[in-house]
Amino acid sequence: MLSEIAFFGALETGLIYGLVAFAIYLSFRVLDFPDLTVDGSFPLGAAVAAVLIIHGWNPWIATGAAILAGMAAGAVTALLNVKLKILNLLASILTMIALYSVNLRVMGRPNIALLSEDTVLTPWYDLGLAYHQVPVLLFSIVIVVALVLLWRFMKSETGLAMRATGANPRMARAQGIATGGMIVLGVALSNGLVGLAGALFAQSQGAADVTMGVGVIVIGLASLIGGEAIVTPSTVFRALIACVVGAILYRLAIAFALNADVLGLQAQDLNLITAVLVTLAIVLPGVRTNIAAKFSRNKA
Amino acid sequence: MATTRFRTLNTPFGKTLRTVLGASLLGTSLLAASGLAQAQDMKTVAITQIVEHPALDAVYQGIKDELADEGFKEGENLKVMHESAQGNQAIAAQIARKFVGDQPDVIVAIATPSAQTVAAAAHDIPVVFSAVTDPVGAKLVKSLDKPGANITGVSDMLPIDKHLDMLQRVMPNAKRIGTVYNPGEANAVSLVNLLDERLKARGLTLEKAAATKTSEVLGAARSLVGKVDAIYLTTDNTVISAAEAVISVGERADIPVFAADTATVERGAVAALGFNYYNHGRQTGKMVARILNGASTADMPVETMDQLDLYVNPAAAKEMGITLSDDLIKDAKEVVKNDK
Repeated sequence: MLSEIAFFGALETGLIYGLVAFAIYLSFRVLDFPDLTVDGSFPLGAAVAAVLIIHGWNPWIATGAAILAGMAAGAVTALLNVKLKILNLLASILTMIALYSVNLRVMGRPNIALLSEDTVLTPWYDLGLAYHQVPVLLFSIVIVVALVLLWRFMKSETGLAMRATGANPRMARAQGIATGGMIVLGVALSNGLVGLAGALFAQSQGAADVTMGVGVIVIGLASLIGGEAIVTPSTVFRALIACVVGAILYRLAIAFALNADVLGLQAQDLNLITAVLVTLAIVLPGVRTNIAAKFSRNKA
Repeated sequence: MATTRFRTLNTPFGKTLRTVLGASLLGTSLLAASGLAQAQDMKTVAITQIVEHPALDAVYQGIKDELADEGFKEGENLKVMHESAQGNQAIAAQIARKFVGDQPDVIVAIATPSAQTVAAAAHDIPVVFSAVTDPVGAKLVKSLDKPGANITGVSDMLPIDKHLDMLQRVMPNAKRIGTVYNPGEANAVSLVNLLDERLKARGLTLEKAAATKTSEVLGAARSLVGKVDAIYLTTDNTVISAAEAVISVGERADIPVFAADTATVERGAVAALGFNYYNHGRQTGKMVARILNGASTADMPVETMDQLDLYVNPAAAKEMGITLSDDLIKDAKEVVKNDK
């Protein structure tokens, strides 16, 4: 079964992808803006952080710069949509493919190794914890801070205006909300979170690679939907918790899929097993609800 | 306002589910303690590769065959674990963690991204990388001669000079060399930079055409027509997957296409002094066997490919408007008879 290191590895990756799930929640759920920019802003965050780190910058400042770079990418997508009236999905695809070239320019080469560099994790290794526990500790702190900030933001006046923009743009405009500005701010925030995730991922995995954004959107969506199926997102706080739970469960599912060789399954079956596990995670709670509904109807 | 939209998924079982979830999470951490139960003389080798691909699969096969020849038979005294990340780096990271947790005797990492994730996770387990072009640039080792830590391996850096010697032997008058490459592939970019440098040293020029995916290879190859005397392809994964596109352009425009790997000659390139990934895997397997027999990675310099075979394809040469000399064909280890 799962070894301790594999378990912590799943938590570590899950916590990073929890940030991606927050981002997808912001764009898909709050703003109703299907945003595929994340496949490009994830490696963008990694690229910016990696380049600054190998040039001797403080890793936290490098990570901050990665957030800003992600926000800029998100703002471009939103402006394409709001100002140039390009369909939101198409606008995000345009930014995503453009970012591939941008990322290569930023890095100057397709892969920047960080294996022997000081990263945000370096000082934490002196705490006396095992190697595999350190990233989990640090990333837990990061995600709790991000969760609290997002939660407070959603309850602020601007946050409420943003939620109104997504729920009913016409009504929001009638209330005097500048919906265009809200879309730009929200999509920028969303991609800033993704940039942060990319920067942290590069630092914990030892390299930034231009191909590392492949499938980020799919994993983020699967995490979000899976989480929502388990933790009912009746409030913003619960929705954010659902993101984290979904992302971690997705990673645990993969860790189990990697351990499925006892069943005669092979490496190439991994994607299929993952899809089946994620489908089960999404569907099963619904099935239980249906059964419960039937029972209560019978009683009535 | 917008909160109403979240109520639709409300379920009376929310609490129960959370309890079940919590219990299962706890269960996994308890299970974590039970490690691999294995016999004393059973060795374990864990092999991670970034993606399934003919060249990388050949490396994997070569490693297993060499280990068998060295007396490590799978199922008898050897357990082989093999995972592919299917091109996804987050999964590569998790595979690395899984392998480190399983505590095998050696971890083998095929290709740069897999090797980097293993290097980030493994701190005391011996790691052997394979099919990594630039191990120093990828920060896997401090230097090729003295890897220093728990990591060493085999580099697939091409002997570009020997390849260019061969190319000039076939086409002494070629001045402008073209190549198609993927600017997003770390290995390919370091090779193209080296190619540029070596060509300049010989007074030749390099014309580069970029293709970021296999569907772009044909267009990239066409853009070289009229600008180059010959095309040389490195071991770029994207381009080699679509080598037929380059070869068809070479045939139509009479531009001879040379390759770095022998398999591409069988697909219609003129010649290659290669480099066969199966042998690359065998060389990797030898290093793994030495570690299983007690050698330390710290004393093992990074190796490069030591076995090069000349493959020629006279029919393909004719299609591309040149004739191969008889003594070149005599020198060849393999003369490909079928055209393509």
